[in-house]
Amino acid sequence: MTHLVSNLTLKVWRQNGPADKGKFETHVIESITDEASFLEMLDVLNERLIGENKEAIVFDHDCREGICGTCSLMINGQAHGPQRGSTTCQLHMRSFKDDDTIVIEPWRANAFPIIKDLMVDRAAFDRIVESGGFITSPTGGAPDANLIPVPKPVADAAMDAAACIGCGACVAACPNSAANLFVGAKLTHLNLLPQGQAERYKRAEAMVDTMDEHFGSCTNHGECSAACPKEISLDVIALMNKDYRSAKFKNRKQLSRK
Amino acid sequence: MTMLQDRPTNTKLISKVPDGALVDKWDNFKANAKLVNPSNKRKFKVIVVGTGLAGASAAASLAELGYRVDAFTFHDSPRRAHSIAAQGGINAAKNYQGDGDSVSRLFTDTIKGGDFRSREGNVYRLAQVSVNIIDQMVAQGVPFARDYGGLLDNRSFGGAQVSRTFYARGQTGQQLLLGAYQQLSRQIGLGGVRLFNRCELVDIVVIDGRAAGIVTRDLLTGELASHAAHAVVLATGGYGNAYYLSTNAMNCNVTAAWRAHQRGAYFANPCYTQIHPTCIPQADATQSKLTLMSESLRNDGRVWVPKNFDENRAAHEIPEQDRDYFLERLYPAYGNLAPRDISSRAAKRLVDKGLGVGPLKNGVYLDFAEAIGRLGRPVVEERYGNLFEMYERIAGENPYDQPMRIYPATHYTMGGLWVDYELQTTIPGLYAAGEANFSDHGTNRLGASALMQGLADGYFVLPYTISNGLAPLLNKTVPGTDHPEFKRVETEAKVRFQGYLNVRGTRSPDYFHRELGKLIWDYCGMERDRNGLERALTEIPALYSEFKKDLRVTGTGEGINQTLEKAGRVDDFFQLGTLMCKDALTREESAGGHFRVEYQTEEGEAVRDDENFCHVAAWEWTGDENNATRHEEQLSFETVQLATRSYK
Amino acid sequence: MSTSTPTRQPVTATAVGTRKRRPLLLDLYSTAVGKKYAMAISGIAMMGFVMFHMLGNTKMYLGAAELDGYAEFLKKLLYPLAPKESVLWILRVSLLGMLALHLHAAWSLTVLNRHARPVRYQSARDYQEASLASRSMRLSGIVVVMFMVWHLLDLTFGVVNTIGTDGVYVRSEVYANVVRSFDRWPVALFYVVANLLLGLHLAHGAWSIFQSLGWNNPRFNAWRVAFARGFAAIVVIGNISFPIAVTVGIVSV
Repeated sequence: MTHLVSNLTLKVWRQNGPADKGKFETHVIESITDEASFLEMLDVLNERLIGENKEAIVFDHDCREGICGTCSLMINGQAHGPQRGSTTCQLHMRSFKDDDTIVIEPWRANAFPIIKDLMVDRAAFDRIVESGGFITSPTGGAPDANLIPVPKPVADAAMDAAACIGCGACVAACPNSAANLFVGAKLTHLNLLPQGQAERYKRAEAMVDTMDEHFGSCTNHGECSAACPKEISLDVIALMNKDYRSAKFKNRKQLSRK
Repeated sequence: MTMLQDRPTNTKLISKVPDGALVDKWDNFKANAKLVNPSNKRKFKVIVVGTGLAGASAAASLAELGYRVDAFTFHDSPRRAHSIAAQGGINAAKNYQGDGDSVSRLFTDTIKGGDFRSREGNVYRLAQVSVNIIDQMVAQGVPFARDYGGLLDNRSFGGAQVSRTFYARGQTGQQLLLGAYQQLSRQIGLGGVRLFNRCELVDIVVIDGRAAGIVTRDLLTGELASHAAHAVVLATGGYGNAYYLSTNAMNCNVTAAWRAHQRGAYFANPCYTQIHPTCIPQADATQSKLTLMSESLRNDGRVWVPKNFDENRAAHEIPEQDRDYFLERLYPAYGNLAPRDISSRAAKRLVDKGLGVGPLKNGVYLDFAEAIGRLGRPVVEERYGNLFEMYERIAGENPYDQPMRIYPATHYTMGGLWVDYELQTTIPGLYAAGEANFSDHGTNRLGASALMQGLADGYFVLPYTISNGLAPLLNKTVPGTDHPEFKRVETEAKVRFQGYLNVRGTRSPDYFHRELGKLIWDYCGMERDRNGLERALTEIPALYSEFKKDLRVTGTGEGINQTLEKAGRVDDFFQLGTLMCKDALTREESAGGHFRVEYQTEEGEAVRDDENFCHVAAWEWTGDENNATRHEEQLSFETVQLATRSYK
Repeated sequence: MSTSTPTRQPVTATAVGTRKRRPLLLDLYSTAVGKKYAMAISGIAMMGFVMFHMLGNTKMYLGAAELDGYAEFLKKLLYPLAPKESVLWILRVSLLGMLALHLHAAWSLTVLNRHARPVRYQSARDYQEASLASRSMRLSGIVVVMFMVWHLLDLTFGVVNTIGTDGVYVRSEVYANVVRSFDRWPVALFYVVANLLLGLHLAHGAWSIFQSLGWNNPRFNAWRVAFARGFAAIVVIGNISFPIAVTVGIVSV
């Protein structure tokens, strides 16, 4: 049942624009119900700030049910906070104890410049998808959906990878700011399906090349997968590496010759 | 009643449903629609606002055809649109299961589900293109669930007797949106679409009676900018957030539709809102939104409340004789699977009586103990494991040990901008697609039909109807952003936003949103009556004038300011809320999601008034939110018989 | 007021540019994924080396003649088909090439990674999966390279072999050189520490290889970590047994 969590010390990163240096600002939450979500706790704080005639803390959020991928936040050194397999919006105050200190920082990566306070720009992800994260299929010309059977295990594996919400926690958690889990997930989703075969290697090459312009490299720490709200497996990175190699070496005129 | 007797006929409300038999209408339209030659398409610019299912699919398809498309989203990325949160599935009349489904069956189910308050021609077209949607989405790589033979799997959903719902785990909306987003991304990459992200529509510019473009506010810089185009598509979603607490995303708003309304687009059936029965109840006053639990849970969960008002035992300690399995008692034939509106109202009545459960006594139990006993825990885990996990994460209770608590919440809005068969609003050149329009669901949307409608509009309807609208404009000049009207509208927007900053009162926009939401929920929620609605129509304006005097927005108009964004959205919700109540008040019947207490049978079922209300109410803006003018589009049913919905 | 307002442009035509094509291998090496291939392949070569180096050295337990004879054998690999020492030199040069590749890739990836997060987190990170091994790859790698230099100066070139002793370095007397070197406890200790770090490096590196090369299959995935740890353990145990054996007197002149 409902309990109160009291005397929380929040250290929130405030940064007035991309060029500002930024600093931690300390606020004390005297008490809040443990049913409140983490973002609702920030809502409460923001209303208080407005009451004090101060600017509200800027942070990205939208669906608040863990699927849109808009919310971010580094909470006590962990992307999306201490709860495994969930986004910040699905984190509740029952995960914290009285007198806890909670440090809140924005995602940090060269590819994710800070816009203001806790809000960052994750457009680099979109650039990667634009470069090849799709199956070319103009509206109207699609054959009957049941024409190509997809073995259930393949469909399931593609779905596992497709569950990615594009939140950027993998990049934020990675000690190298690498986006391999994000790119690997999209490639795995599309490259496993029969529909995705025609562009498979072109896609792998284009997306990896674009990723390279923005992000660091994978050193197999596994932090990305641990931070991933959808718990996407590191296997997707291996598949990406394999398809990228094939993209470079395969005779693409004779792709059917495996 | 006086008002209804002299029904105003309005020349703007011509539905333009093509001639011919129902089954031929769409083909006839396509056969006669004007086309734009491929090399001429690039001479036309189309603005698409919103990048959800309808917006992304429209923008991608139009760009694919060769039109120059400018797409706008207030999100950081098109992929964030709230279509992403749909869980259950998408309907299509594929009849892959061979269980008797057909286009006309889907059509009839949708018309009946909507309680005979939607347009036959539109609904039939929706059912027709539903089959193309599945083909299209599979081709794009949507990983729909498969059976072991590798073919597509289906599940059944409320309001249908066939299995026609395609799904991708509990994330169908996400997978479909990603499919559409990927097509849009491809076009952005190729240069067919220009994407304006973190950019919010703040007004629509109408010149000489035709939509000439839009004015946007860049959310990062606060700059206002004008964009001119040959056609504007609004795919900006529904207005469920008028209730403050809803299953909509935090940023969902009515601003685009409302601005269009204020510029001359009629707003249809604003009181038609859908309340979903299985949401997690509000836990405390700080709560900002409600979370939906898939309707599929009702397949095995039993809904009950305690019989005693002063019950304080834990759920499992309450013996059978002290439990009221009210859905099974009231609707023996459908039991726990009664349709959304009906189940919602039953739960509300018991909670209002004081029989609610949970710390705030604001929910009913959804109990799996019987299912676990019957099927064994592993089976229940396999069917609902992820949903149970989600529930535990949010509510902090383990549904294997104690029943879930659920309560209805606002989920979808069937009302929206009035559009004709071509999805054009009453402003020529301005189109509305997806949840933003009112078109296909009548008073109640069937489960798994929202995704279908969004994609149908974007992929398979707009590309044809927009060509039809644009063809006559070839080689004619349209006003550019240098036209003084753009400047005038820009200035108006500037003044409006500066106005919010200048009030310097004491209350945050969230405060007003919460208070407004409570009023709309109490008076224009699951059950409405004349007294309540009349009271709402005095209380909302009173709160609105307080909003205008006591609002506080900190920060400035330059740079990102989420408080300022919110203020603008709440402002529009105030005006919309008034219209919702007015619409509910004037519709003196009960139908689907609109339940007027005065119009019910002895058993509490809805009583329609086909004599006087078999029409769409389309409201015209008059410059004063309290005095909108009501117009009617009569609905005629040539194919289906008007009948009473019964789920007993 | 606001510290800087970004200039905002619509996003369009982001994927119409063409990437400059280089010769195949250079093209692969130009991306981070390709560099990881280089890391993995050179890593495999060096893993082969450390394993055989360790196995060969166990000959010291069979006595001086065996070990010295093994050294002679290496020089005569494929002899008389190939001239004496030619194969050995090919192996040496290849290994050095692999080392250079490994170092270059590591260096350029490090630069890339530093650039990828120019402003570090201002609060402490709470790592979940990253292990001591994975996080200390750079440190362990650098120490191992430094050790290698010492090791070559000590036992191959003999430059530092006699410091602190009164013996004489004779190239072909491998056994005697080893015993003399390890009789100095700081050298033995350095050897042990460096090999422990090598083990740490291998424990992560040998697993990483599978990921970097895309060798991923549910049938053997569970074995990848076990292989890496087992491999590292065998190499480390073998290697550190030598200085310990000398120190406690099992191996002596």
